[in-house]
Amino acid sequence: MTRIRFHSYFALILALAMFSTVAFAADLRVPATVAAGSGLSVPTSGSGSATLYLVGPGTAVKRQVQLGQDVQLSSDELQNAGHYTVAIGDDSASFYVTAGPVSSIAFLARPSRVPAATPNVISGTAFIFDKYQNLVLQPQPIKFDLTVNDQTTSRTEASKGGVAYAKLDSSKKEGPAQFVASSGNASVRRVVQQVASDPCSIRMTAQPNKSGILVRTDSIHDCAGNPVPDGTIVTFTATDAQGKSTVDARIKQGIAQAQLPASGGATISVASGVVVGNEIQWRGGQ
Amino acid sequence: MKRLLPIVIIVLTVVLVAMATMQPSELSPATSPEGAVQSLFAHVKAHDYKGAFAYVAKSGDTDEQAFARDLSGRDGSLRTYSSLQEADTKVLHSSDNEALVRASLEYATAVGAFYDTRDLKVVKEGSEWKVEWPATKEANVPPQVIQENYLRWDVIARGANDDWGAQNVEAPRVRIISMNAIPQGNNTIIVGEIENEDTVPGFVSVGATLIGKDGGVLGEETSFDKISHTLLPKEISPFRIDFPNVALSKVKNVRMQPNSMLVPASADPVIGVLHQRVETDARGRHVLKGELLNESGQTVNIPHVLATYYDNSGKVIWVSDGYVDQALLPQTPVPFAVDLSDKMAANVHNYRVTVNEYTMNRED
Repeated sequence: MTRIRFHSYFALILALAMFSTVAFAADLRVPATVAAGSGLSVPTSGSGSATLYLVGPGTAVKRQVQLGQDVQLSSDELQNAGHYTVAIGDDSASFYVTAGPVSSIAFLARPSRVPAATPNVISGTAFIFDKYQNLVLQPQPIKFDLTVNDQTTSRTEASKGGVAYAKLDSSKKEGPAQFVASSGNASVRRVVQQVASDPCSIRMTAQPNKSGILVRTDSIHDCAGNPVPDGTIVTFTATDAQGKSTVDARIKQGIAQAQLPASGGATISVASGVVVGNEIQWRGGQ
Repeated sequence: MKRLLPIVIIVLTVVLVAMATMQPSELSPATSPEGAVQSLFAHVKAHDYKGAFAYVAKSGDTDEQAFARDLSGRDGSLRTYSSLQEADTKVLHSSDNEALVRASLEYATAVGAFYDTRDLKVVKEGSEWKVEWPATKEANVPPQVIQENYLRWDVIARGANDDWGAQNVEAPRVRIISMNAIPQGNNTIIVGEIENEDTVPGFVSVGATLIGKDGGVLGEETSFDKISHTLLPKEISPFRIDFPNVALSKVKNVRMQPNSMLVPASADPVIGVLHQRVETDARGRHVLKGELLNESGQTVNIPHVLATYYDNSGKVIWVSDGYVDQALLPQTPVPFAVDLSDKMAANVHNYRVTVNEYTMNRED
């Protein structure tokens, strides 16, 4: 009997406490949402002083305030987006701080290098933040611009949960593409190198010079007409009675050239990777 | 008796000090062809080129400076970073007045032992045997301007102030295009080729893990210097990974690990490999010989030759390498030779030679 009575008293006290919390919470009037970084004025009633508690994401404030006046929560105290609880004396209230306008973008552009003229090969993912680095969860228009050789491809996507994503084709022309994501005044630039594919064909010529045989290719392009990147290895091979001579030349300014030893009769060939070019039967310069 | 002992000790001390300070060249004229060659290289070993030159025949056309440069190296070549460790001599034939002596030399270098064989003619001058040191034709490039259109790649990495979205440029895409595990006695050798398929240069290395029949790891090794580490776009390098004391019969699986890293690089110098042919050397061994030609305008200090051998199906069956102890001056051919085992030579159908280069004070 004693135990039942004790439980009844305890439940009654708990219920009264909860009722009083709800009742007192109604006494503090705060808006449901506040933009991050904007201050908040909380009106109070009564007289004398009380202790203010403000608890939110990364925030815990305790200070003495004067009752009967508006209590100011500064913009510094409300920078982080999320759920906040403010308590003054026995009164309390909750509100949400939401992200402010877009101020910065974290932009992931992938890959660093892509073959030219390939569909859906460049991906851009933008994460939008306000000036306090809160993820902006409200949908925002994000513009993706891909510019190569003054030709721009644009696409606008609405962000979802603070993230916007776009996939774009690489352009037909090789070169460093400027990939820009922008929203409002914020924009970020990345560089995606659009590169030519393997050579479509290689054609070389040979001529005698004072050191032997000078071999030189014509301008080397891929099958879309883009010049194969400088620095690509082109191997010249001359085979004659003295053995095999090879030079791994580099394409420079679109062509590759090398010096081969003088020979009375040699077979000269050229290749780059898996692409084999023409063959020359050298008869001592004739 | 009491006075005799100190006198004996003093005399002995003087004799020993005198013996220690005497120069052998001043004391030991060569009385045999082999002795002349041995004495010459004994002085070279002690870096006493003046003393060594005392054993060189006056009838030869080598001066002392050229002789010293021939033995100590020049132009920052590998020879300049080496010292003679061993000189074994063998008389090939001899008469009263002249002989032919083979000197097998072993140098200690920064990249391991380096072997050289020289057949030296030794002649009798008066009562002494002297070595006819072959005059080395030192290549001198005439003053000229060699026009170079240098090409290099620089890499801008993400900075400390960049946001987390600004990630570094991706490493070049590389691929192992062939791989072959070869038993060699109680050793397992992994040979193959790796290609930089990308359009940017990369620093590459290849690692291999041998897995035993019980699934355990038998060994892990890398290609170390048996590879061209810097690969330009579309460049192919051979690699060789040695597993000493691991029999291939115990290996169930080989796990290959190609690694690449984006690095700044230069497209120069271009080195031609001329007149490649497989021959038999003076000792009857198969060697792949040829000449290296630096087609650029800067001196290449230490060339490193990598040779890939293929069978008639195009499979890589062996990779050998060798350093050249001469620097490559611009436009000047330098001979090279790399070993090829007789067992392999029978199966070699084709080969490819590539050259690594180490250049000091490059201004690119």
